[in-house]
Amino acid sequence: MSTEAHVGTFPAVDWEGGTFPYRVGHRKLGMWLFIVSDSLTFSALLIGYSYLRASNVWPTPFPFYPSIVFSSVMTFCLLSSSLTMVFGVSASSKGDKAKARKWILLTIFFGVAFIVLHLIEWRHLIEEGLRPFFLPEHWVQVFTTTEGVPPSPLFGATFFTITGLHMFHVASGAVYLGVVAARVKKLRHEDVEISGLYWHFVDLVWMFVFPLIYIMSVDVGGHLAR
Amino acid sequence: MDAHAHAEEHFAGSNRLFISIWVWLLGLTLIEIFLAYRPMPIHYMLVILLGLSIIKAALIMAYFMHLRFERLSLILTIVPMLVVCICLLFVFFPDSFRSAGLRYQFKESPPVAPAPVEEP
Repeated sequence: MSTEAHVGTFPAVDWEGGTFPYRVGHRKLGMWLFIVSDSLTFSALLIGYSYLRASNVWPTPFPFYPSIVFSSVMTFCLLSSSLTMVFGVSASSKGDKAKARKWILLTIFFGVAFIVLHLIEWRHLIEEGLRPFFLPEHWVQVFTTTEGVPPSPLFGATFFTITGLHMFHVASGAVYLGVVAARVKKLRHEDVEISGLYWHFVDLVWMFVFPLIYIMSVDVGGHLAR
Repeated sequence: MDAHAHAEEHFAGSNRLFISIWVWLLGLTLIEIFLAYRPMPIHYMLVILLGLSIIKAALIMAYFMHLRFERLSLILTIVPMLVVCICLLFVFFPDSFRSAGLRYQFKESPPVAPAPVEEP
């Protein structure tokens, strides 16, 4: 008996999904599997960052303005973009493709706003002297411990790698959504939903990057401002 | 059954529900920012922030990514495997404390490299 014939006679109730045990198409399942693998990439990076942080003297250089204000507004942009994306998918499910396109374009706007704000924030740090393997001179003076142990120069490497990779995901997501918005009338609803899954994933990753990178590194005592 | 056709038939969750989830996510973010300026040991801060992040991630996955409305078999295929893999990544973490202990602790000033001994 061939495999196909065997599947054909297999009682659907055993899977409760017949030939679609997950009740999703293969594309959507593929996106879920991609999201799982990408989650592991970011998890590995964040755990690597935590490892370095726990084993070194780590600077906490972020002032309320501009770093925390900018990163908070960026968080607002991403959360709002997820909401507009859900509205887009919802409109698409009702067959209202024109409305879906408007919501997706608004999502792209929030995504681009996130990238612009993030680049401005990067520029602040680069102008201050932060590099992937060097800290600004005054950071070294301020954050060197009383025992004379200097802060780790890997702060810049972890910061630029993690936030840079995330920014790359946002940028590629904006391009992806641009293609979806342009072709929305030709695409099936499931394709719009799949692009939404990717966008929400980018938002989800930021929910870990923001507290671990920014909130945990706030210059509470204003040491750098003195 | 055609899965694509089925997907077009329904997309569970009302706009009101999604807006309330968005408000919750914003609220939890504000709590995180507030906590950043509260004096507390870094371990407590880390646990609270990670707890809030996991709640936010769960809300995004459940409602925005629609996982709550998917078939249980899909959820059981994706979520436990991911959680177990991430937990396994932590197997390296205790080594960071060992590494911190190995670091040379300067007492007064950094030591100076000894001058090379000249051959007679």
